[in-house]
Amino acid sequence: MNSSLQSAAAGDSSSAPDSRFLRRKAVNAAMTAFSLACVLLALVPLISILAFIVSQGARAINLDFFIRLPKPVGEAGGGMANAILGTLELVGLACVLGLPVGILGGAFLSEYGNSPLAPAARFTADVLSGVPSIVVGVFVFALVVRPMHGFSAFAGGVALAILMVPTVMRTTEELMRLVPGSLREAALALGVSHWRTVLLVVLQNARGGIVMGVMLAIARIAGETAPLLFTALGNRFWSFELNQPIAALPMQIFTYAISPFDDWHRQAWAGALVLVVLVLAVNLVARVAVRQRVGGTP
Amino acid sequence: MTSPHLQAPRPARPGKRAARPPKGPAGPAEAHAGEPGGTAVVQAGPGAADPQSHPRRSLGDTLFKVAAGGFAAVVLLIAVGMAWVMTQAARPSIRAFGLGFLVSSAWDPVRNAYGALPYIFGTVTSSLLALAIAVPLALGIASFLSELARGPLARVLGFLVELLAAIPSVVYGLWGVFLMAPWLRNGPQAWLSRHLGFLPFFRGTPFGVGMMGAALILAVMILPTISAVCLEVFRAVPRAQREAALALGATRWESTRMAVFSYARSGIVGAVILGLGRALGETMAVTMLIGNRPQISASLFAPAHTMASVLANEFAEASGDLYLSALIEIGLVLFGITILLNILARWLVWRTVGRFGSTPAA
Repeated sequence: MNSSLQSAAAGDSSSAPDSRFLRRKAVNAAMTAFSLACVLLALVPLISILAFIVSQGARAINLDFFIRLPKPVGEAGGGMANAILGTLELVGLACVLGLPVGILGGAFLSEYGNSPLAPAARFTADVLSGVPSIVVGVFVFALVVRPMHGFSAFAGGVALAILMVPTVMRTTEELMRLVPGSLREAALALGVSHWRTVLLVVLQNARGGIVMGVMLAIARIAGETAPLLFTALGNRFWSFELNQPIAALPMQIFTYAISPFDDWHRQAWAGALVLVVLVLAVNLVARVAVRQRVGGTP
Repeated sequence: MTSPHLQAPRPARPGKRAARPPKGPAGPAEAHAGEPGGTAVVQAGPGAADPQSHPRRSLGDTLFKVAAGGFAAVVLLIAVGMAWVMTQAARPSIRAFGLGFLVSSAWDPVRNAYGALPYIFGTVTSSLLALAIAVPLALGIASFLSELARGPLARVLGFLVELLAAIPSVVYGLWGVFLMAPWLRNGPQAWLSRHLGFLPFFRGTPFGVGMMGAALILAVMILPTISAVCLEVFRAVPRAQREAALALGATRWESTRMAVFSYARSGIVGAVILGLGRALGETMAVTMLIGNRPQISASLFAPAHTMASVLANEFAEASGDLYLSALIEIGLVLFGITILLNILARWLVWRTVGRFGSTPAA
């Protein structure tokens, strides 16, 4: 490769320069075409998934899906109202537990970077975000479900919160770092104490981006199934108690998808449609908004 | 000769980079302000004001720092807690089977004999197959988006590829079971079975659901992870590297291969390992597509089982302490492997992108 480059640079014209030049041009064209083909190939499953979910889901979805409980096996109809509410409850619980930790922890990483704790916490957050969600489920089972002697909505919320914290923490840190140092200095020069500067000036300035980051994190945990399988467990009825098992939309989709009943398959499609629309809408809004605000790549 | 590229950096980057601390030896001491001088002012602020006249201020600062630090320390607590709690919960199984757990193929709740080998085999095989499919594609995507595409086209295509990462795992599974598996069975697998059926990899009846289906869906799912990290690493390659190659007469591809790929090598390896970590732990789609039979078969058509899918299938119904603790030990093994892979991957990516480069978490 180096020799060809050198001869090309020297304007080599001795040994069939045309064929070598043409060959290099051809390789270049082939690799350009290959990389374009890779992008297009990656879009095939995306388009296929979206088209299939929309076409199947649109046929299966109706008002009952949103307002009725699941019917017993064999009876047609029914809905996933309890699972939709359950997902909202679980996500809300995860936010209550996870957001203060994530946002204030992120503020610490950004504003107290000289503390020896910061690099360790940053690294651990990055590594934790790669831990499989099912392992988080196992952990929460041993930590919460066993001592409490039962599956519960609380355990599900803890599992989702653990999944959420590393992402929220790192996003908050990144966005607070983008706030110019001069703003901090201006506030401090006016005699504002450091902690109020952090909360009222820096965090306030990064607020829009952090909200979007949190929305993305919520969209991600709302679609999680694996960590709920043996924490929240699932429930065919309404559940409002923190110490009772609770249904969740992704889990219900899973249960129905692997069942042998056509009617349940239809319900799974409807559920998948709701979930995908929710997740994609949040992603679209968040990314567009973040790009406008930050002006950089997402 | 100066190329126009040299003076006109990509418009998207500076806004993001400029506010960050300078790359390289930026130690923790200057971590939190745009300019190195900023830190000194921020730190000196509370101290420089007369502490006697504003005692509440320093108290508030201390309290806030302790509280925020406490929250930041929660991630450390979670990480240590996971290792500790799961080791404790897996203790009965560790004591009963020792290291033999990892090399035994027994899985019999009735006789209380457990071994993780078929699951480890399934996890490793499906993940490596997925990598073999996804890595070339991801490299192609990342080099297209960083070297060839410009402006809005690059952004829209990049966004679409990233959307793949946003689709929930269970939806992948649903699509895989009802669309991909039948297609696989009647199309590629039928063809392979007819023409290459003498090879051990394509022996047996194609079901659609099995090792090949799981590997394929995994490849789709880890594609956005690998390509996003590769893209970030490629963008961190200094423009001068490409300019130098182009100035010597290299074609676009030669400059990508020589300047970008070689400069970004450790970052690419990091991206691949990060993708491997995702593939190892991916649960729902794999559970729905791998067939869930704990066997070690050379055939890609055969059903298999993975560590994650056995947890998803059996955990909630597991009765008996030893059964449960054997399952938890599988979770512990998975935890250990993914933690090690992630540490390695982050380190490799950091080496290329710099300490404060962001790695997309999704």
